[in-house]
Parts: sequence; C-alpha cells; structure tokens
Amino acid sequence: MDYKNLLKKLCESHGVSGHERGIYDLLKEEFATISDEVTEDKFGNLFFLKKGTKGKYKVMLAAHLDEIGLIVKDIDDKGFIKFTTVGGVDQRTLPSQEVIVHGKKNILGVIGSKPPHLLSSGDMEKAIKIEDMYIDVGMSKKEIEELIKIGDVITIKREFRELLNDYVSGKALDDRAGIAVMAICLEELKKLYHYHDVYAVATLQEEVGVRGATTSAYNVEPDIAIAIDVTHGKARGVSTEIELARGPAIGKGPNIHPAVYKGLVDTAKEYNINHQIEPLPGPSGTDAWAIQISRGGVPTGLVSIPLRYMHTSVETVNMKDIINSGKLLAYYIANLPEELEGQLCY
Amino acid sequence: MLLKELTDLMGASGDEKEVREKIKEIVKPYVDELYVDKMGNLIACKKGKKEKPKVMLAAHMDEVALMVKSINEDGTLSFSPVGGVDNRILVSKTVKVGEKRVNGVIGAKPIHLQKREEQQKPLDFDALYIDIGATSKEEALKHVSVGDYVYFDANFELLGNGYVKSKALDDRIGCNVLIEILKRDYEYPVCAAFTVQEEVGLRGAGVAAYNIEPDFAIVVEGTVAADVSDSEPHLVSTELGKGPAISLMDRTTLYDKKIINKIVKIAEENGVPYQFRRIASGGNDAGKIHLTKGGIKAIAVSVPCRYIHSFNSVAFLEDFNNTVKLVDLIIKNIAKEALI
Repeated sequence: MDYKNLLKKLCESHGVSGHERGIYDLLKEEFATISDEVTEDKFGNLFFLKKGTKGKYKVMLAAHLDEIGLIVKDIDDKGFIKFTTVGGVDQRTLPSQEVIVHGKKNILGVIGSKPPHLLSSGDMEKAIKIEDMYIDVGMSKKEIEELIKIGDVITIKREFRELLNDYVSGKALDDRAGIAVMAICLEELKKLYHYHDVYAVATLQEEVGVRGATTSAYNVEPDIAIAIDVTHGKARGVSTEIELARGPAIGKGPNIHPAVYKGLVDTAKEYNINHQIEPLPGPSGTDAWAIQISRGGVPTGLVSIPLRYMHTSVETVNMKDIINSGKLLAYYIANLPEELEGQLCY
Repeated sequence: MLLKELTDLMGASGDEKEVREKIKEIVKPYVDELYVDKMGNLIACKKGKKEKPKVMLAAHMDEVALMVKSINEDGTLSFSPVGGVDNRILVSKTVKVGEKRVNGVIGAKPIHLQKREEQQKPLDFDALYIDIGATSKEEALKHVSVGDYVYFDANFELLGNGYVKSKALDDRIGCNVLIEILKRDYEYPVCAAFTVQEEVGLRGAGVAAYNIEPDFAIVVEGTVAADVSDSEPHLVSTELGKGPAISLMDRTTLYDKKIINKIVKIAEENGVPYQFRRIASGGNDAGKIHLTKGGIKAIAVSVPCRYIHSFNSVAFLEDFNNTVKLVDLIIKNIAKEALI
C-alpha cells in the first residue's frame, strides 16, 4: 500500500463534522483488502472489523474522520456568501483561501475581504474578522440560490504537498493521519498472528465534542481501546517536548489506562520503534476521553502523531511517524495474550 | 487557455525570466522586431503601413511575491515582501521557494495554544516563517538560499459563470491583452513593452519608453475592484462586468482629460462598455512613461480585478474581451481622433 498516496487522497477529500459521508466510499475502497467486515452504526461511524484467530476479546482503534470547516450563513444581494465556523477555526487563516462550497454540487470559491485601500491604517493592525469576510463564487444571488443553501458546509481547497525529509502538509491531517495509521496497522496485522478481533473505527464529529466516539464505543463494547489522533509538535511559539519525526507520542495520564500505556511503551522498546511520551494531565481532547467512560468503562490508550500548525490548512506531519504509529499498534495488538483477564488489573 | 498559462508562470519583480521567455515564444510569429533591453523589458514591435504615429503598449510581467531574508537555525525561512503584500493573507498557505520551486508552507501557532487576544492581532512579517521540512539551517541551505524568490502556490481556475481566479492577474491579464493586440495588423507601428519591476516602483516602464520613443502610450493593467459585499458605492473603484476601466488620476499620473474624452467617445460610438477607475490611490507604468524624454501622451486602461496582490484574485472574462476591443479601437482611431 502506498501510504503517502493514501494520506493525500484522504486529506484532499472533504468531510466537515456532521458531513463526513462523502469520504465513506474512499474509506471502504481503501480498507476493503485489509478488513473482513464493514458496518455502520446509527450515528454514521464506520467500523472495519479484522477478525482475530480466537475472537474472544475486542480491541477498538478510533480515529476521527471529520475535519473543521465553515458553513453558509447568508447570501447577500450582491452574490457574496457570508459564513461562520464549524469547530475551532482561526479566522486569521482564512483570507485569500480557495474554498469549495458543498452545495448541490461542489462549487469553487475564494475568500475575499475589503481591499487595503478601503481600510484605515488602524484596520491593518487588526486581524480581519470573520464577519467581514465573504466567499466569491463568481455568480449572482439568483444563480447561487439555485445551487447553494444556508447551512451548506464549506472546506478549504488545499492540495497535499510533500516537503523535505518525508514531511507532508495538507488540510485535515487532523485526523486523516489517524485514519492512515489504522490502515497501516491493519495491513501489518495481515502479516501477524493476532487472537483478538480488531475494530478500526472512523469516528464522526470529534471536532465538535467527541460525539462519534461515544456511540461507537458503546456499540463495539471493546475490552481495550486506543484512540489515534494528532498532537502539537514543537514549532516556533509552541513549547513542548514532543517533536516531529521522533516517533509516535504515547499518552500518559488520567485518560489513559496504565496497563495500556505500559504495553505500548514496552512494545515500542521491544521493536525499536522511536517513540515519545505525551503527558496528559487532564482531558486529552481526543476520542479517548469519551471512550474511556463508555458503558462500564474501557481501558483506553492514546497514540498521537506529532503535528505542526494544527487547525490550519497547512498542517504538517512526518510520514515516518505515521508509519511507526501503525506498526506500533499492530505489534501491540499481535503481542496481546490470548487471555486478557487479569492483564488489565490495576 | 492563454491566461492560465500566463498566470501560472512565476515572475516576481527582478525575476521575470520565466514570463519573458514564455511571452517571447508566444509573440514571435506575430512581430517584426523582438528584443530584451538592458532592464529586462521585452519589447515586441510590429511595423505599420505608415511610420507614424508610433504606439507603445505597456503591461508589466512581474507579480508581487516574497523573498527569503534569512535562514534560521531550525531550518525555517524568514522572508520579506517583494512589492505590496498584505501580511494578513499569508498564514495557512503553501508557497514555492527558489528556482527549484521547493515546497513550503506558512503555518502559525495553533488556535488551541493562542491567547484570546492573539486571534485579533495579525501576524507581521517578522512573526511569519516558511517551513520546507528542513531540520537545520545546514540542511535548508542545500535546497534554498537567502535571496530566493518565494511564490504564491495558487492555480488558475474558471470560477462561477464567466469569471476566473488566479494569482498574478495583476498584470498577466494586461500581458494577455497585449498579446491579442500583437496578433492584429494596424496602419501604424505598434510596440508592446512587457515591462519589469512595476510592483517595486515602476522601474522598467520608463526605460522601455525611452528606448521605444513612442508618440502615444497605452498602459494595460489589472486594477483594483472593490465591488464587494460590504463596500459603499463611492468606494468600489471599479466593478466587474462593467468593462475596461479608464484611469483619470492616480498617485503617479494626471491623465489628459481631452484624451480621456476622446477615448470615451470611441468606446461609446462602438458600443464597448467602459467605466472610470474611481479611486486616486495606486499607480501604474504610465507614471514613468508620461515623463519620459520630453513627455509622452499616455493613458491607462485596466481590467478590473478583485483581491489583487493575493493568492486568488478574480476577474470577469468579458471585461478582458472588452479591454482588447477598446485598445484595438484606440489604436485604429489614433489619427482620426487626433490623440497625439
């Protein structure tokens, strides 16, 4: 499997929280050869089951499919579209972007704002407010109304870019990188012997409050769950120990079951996989937060891919971290004993 | 589409080579004389049946861009603008660095880690940097160097009903108008100057005019249109769909009202829509041309463009077609209307 190309396809697909359905076909196609069964729950989460040799226990992997985006609020008389945000969007990342308005069909637009000559010098010192931006689709109000309705979602149009040293950049790497990690893990597991059933879940609506994780964990009823997400990597103005290209970040803290944490770290050491420890003193802000308290409680872990410029359209990760994350998870799962009873005691 | 080819080229002020070579190749079959002057302006001339008056057309090849100012220890690149670039449009964009067109991204501190007031404050050039994936200064130096030009990574595409969007419409759309004119034959000699360095102070046009020695000059620009969502009617400058914009006054030129009136007459008699450029700010190559030698009569006709100097500017194709028509008519009527 060409993982970089898979990631490119995932990032160039569009699925704002609540509108992830457009990516299902791609996912089903890419996961067809690495899973045994595909199911969907009422919420819309997609489950890819890779059966284990025994099938007594269930391991759940969760990576969220949704991305942050924008949504149509109004169409003004001159034919400009006003919009607001879905999820945590920094308004400063929006001026002069190319966008796709997901109306009756996908419609190209650009984000404009008042040109500098209409602004006072004081205005130039302030960030352009989202209320003062609009989308230009090159159509009149009447033409727009045929194709676009209030409530239609909008995504940034951004081609995936390869940088030096296996760094790659694109939109929605948060958390399509996690989806790619699940694919790599299942692919690796094809070569390995594993007792337990593995449910790789593409969860929905993480960005608006880890909602898909809540219903999917209830439905899978896993014995162990590991969420896969991205985390802030070191960059200018970002003080953290976590760095890109230094391997997956294994979460540690109240959200994480100590035995799962230890199992992941031990696996990384045993297989010489570069890894880092991510301290999580409180909410992890990931699907792991919801999964941990599903039903009677789930021993939960978190593997994160270090990422720069989170929630911009130039999110940047290193491919090596993605591949190592997938391998780490596969080896961890393959090394779980046949009997989990007692393994996860405190 | 020629406009796509022209706008996808990368040519900042002082680095117009790619654009110059392409235009040279395009216009070669149509012209009698083709040369590059000492400044780098590309001059393409066609003889007429008569010797005089000689008409000069000018459109600038250069676009606004960025330049690598320093390479930091962590492998990132600091940069400065080349020409007028609003720092607020740069965050969260992709760019191409240097002659190897190395991919780079301009990121920023994630929203999760910002203080509330940070979101209200734009990042200035000092706070912005380019990430090419290099992990050290030493490694970055293998791929890029200080002084490398950095280009907006944005493509031409058709937009909506009859519109286009791309970078560098200012002034590749003007270059395109000149190319269309060079395909036609006129009674008078016509020299098209594809000028350099307009964006950093109209550096090329004066030299071109000095070399060409025209009797009359027409500058063709892509100019600011502010016919946008929330602007007052008196502040729109120009509007898309209303035809070529004729300049009356800007920061560099007071255009001759007698000539303007004649241009208007030509447009009206021939049913070509036109509008006036209704702001006094900005400037164009006419500013240098009209002061060259003992003075040269010059006008400026522009295709209105929204969001100029950004990654994605927008123009209306019919305005482009009407600009070609108007320029064509001006040249044809130059003697009849006694424009010189």
